[in-house]
Amino acid sequence: MTAVTPAAPISRIRLPGIAPLLVLASVAVMGGLVILPLITVFQSAFAKGLSTYLAALKDPDAQAAIRLTLIVAAIAVPLNAAFGIAAAWCVAKFEFRGKSALITLIDLPFSFSPVVSGLVWVLLFGAQGWFGDYLVEHDIKIIFALPGLVLATILVTLPFVARELIPLMQGQGSDEEAAALTLGASGFTTFWKITLPNIRWALLYGVLLCNARAMGEFGAVSVVSGHIRGQTTTLPLHVEVLYNDYDFVGAFAAASLLASLGLVTLLLKTALEWRHAGDLSAGRKR
Amino acid sequence: MTDQAIPRLDPTRGAAARPRLSAWREPSILPGFGLSLGVTLAYLGVIVVLPLTALAIRPWELGLAGVWHALIDPRVAAALKLSFGLSALAALLSAPLGLLIAWTLTRYAFPGRRILDALVDLPFALPTAVAGIALTAIYAPNGPLGAIAAKFGIKTAYSPLGIFIALVFIGLPFVVRSLQPVLQDLDNEVEEAAQTLGATAIQRAVFVILPGLLPALISGVSLAFARAVGEYGSVVFIAGNLPMKTEIAPLLIVIKLEQYDYAGAAAVGLAMVAISFGVLVVINAAQTWLAKRGRA
Repeated sequence: MTAVTPAAPISRIRLPGIAPLLVLASVAVMGGLVILPLITVFQSAFAKGLSTYLAALKDPDAQAAIRLTLIVAAIAVPLNAAFGIAAAWCVAKFEFRGKSALITLIDLPFSFSPVVSGLVWVLLFGAQGWFGDYLVEHDIKIIFALPGLVLATILVTLPFVARELIPLMQGQGSDEEAAALTLGASGFTTFWKITLPNIRWALLYGVLLCNARAMGEFGAVSVVSGHIRGQTTTLPLHVEVLYNDYDFVGAFAAASLLASLGLVTLLLKTALEWRHAGDLSAGRKR
Repeated sequence: MTDQAIPRLDPTRGAAARPRLSAWREPSILPGFGLSLGVTLAYLGVIVVLPLTALAIRPWELGLAGVWHALIDPRVAAALKLSFGLSALAALLSAPLGLLIAWTLTRYAFPGRRILDALVDLPFALPTAVAGIALTAIYAPNGPLGAIAAKFGIKTAYSPLGIFIALVFIGLPFVVRSLQPVLQDLDNEVEEAAQTLGATAIQRAVFVILPGLLPALISGVSLAFARAVGEYGSVVFIAGNLPMKTEIAPLLIVIKLEQYDYAGAAAVGLAMVAISFGVLVVINAAQTWLAKRGRA
């Protein structure tokens, strides 16, 4: 999903008098439905002043939630990035049977409800899960602990990087790599010096989206977290806990951090689409 | 694999010969096929296939009759009906709204157009829990828009209408982003031809442009629908979560898990996946049919 940015928008159909009305209506819809919630987050976060806002963020539980969110993303995002590169390499550079099935499988996690993406891990590793008894015997905690949060996050964000890289690398073909190999470069050198520079902006784009979702994920982690304050609550779960405790300033203060993450992601993503459109996959090219 | 141990006399053997490849893949001089495919399959196996297998198998611990009873349980049936019904309605409303926004963004130059364009993606970028509490604050009876609605006796937050609003919020960008590239590339000449033949602006919009947009519109609406059915974070705060009235299907999974009813939770999850899949198959078929009709 990308912002379309034509060099010069043309009004091929002239509907005199209607155009300003349509623009106004669009702005109204976007304003009421999309922009107002964003303003509300920051307004509510600062409703009782800056000091209350800062105190809410300095709270030990909030700090623990921020730390946990960063840890989960720091594990999930690099793993999915590495997977995305491997998947894109074999799908884009080789022809083999079953390829379209493989692509479908890679895209599949996007069609799950986030709650289902959490549920499946409970079915496997929960107290009555398939591996539940084994885990209890060996005193391994997955559900209601960090591994569960990481697994749920990985499942939800799995397709992001692969999805950016596959169409781009398919479009680029493998002539440049073939040339490097013919000239005697090793496989690793070819990847490092030819492929990686060719895909770096798309890789960054995918990592950006993957990271935003990993840090902001709510439904999937909510199912596996157990909501143990200060221990298994990521930042979005911390928002929920405070909100349900009627601590609205605290909830919106934590939410403002996540909203800022969303805004920064949007800004960088738009910048990439404008500056490096040629280096992104076809769907992102303008 | 019985012939593996028997040494074969292969005339193409030797350094100069082309490498023999199995029939299922085409030869390539690029290295790393085995490694990358191996990593991909292993990762997908652990992260996607194994968990999905559990989802597909565990409901049947209840037996066929048990799964059926779990799904026709009034509370579950009400939640499924609410989730799918409201998602369909929200996706349908996203169509005209998305069309309006995509149209203005591609057809008119106005100050702030690029900012508005970038902001279309905000529902994607904003974490769902954040959107959820923000929408609730706005549409609660004491919120800015909720108060206005309350004056007219309309309850927005903590009612199906509140869920509907959250689902439109989450679905709108799918429709806009599906339409934009098509609107951009729409053939100028056809429109001009229609104009020369005396079609009015509205006639051109309805009879020339809209049919060309239909496939993209359907795909955008179905994406919005699929997303809405599973949506949790942005809905759960505004819904009010009254059993039988404003309880969405994903929430019911959470509740069943809290009661350690794993098989029941899996049954609801599997039903959601199955119904969504069925709906998408129908929509895809409709789209293929439309595309064929368009070419003929």
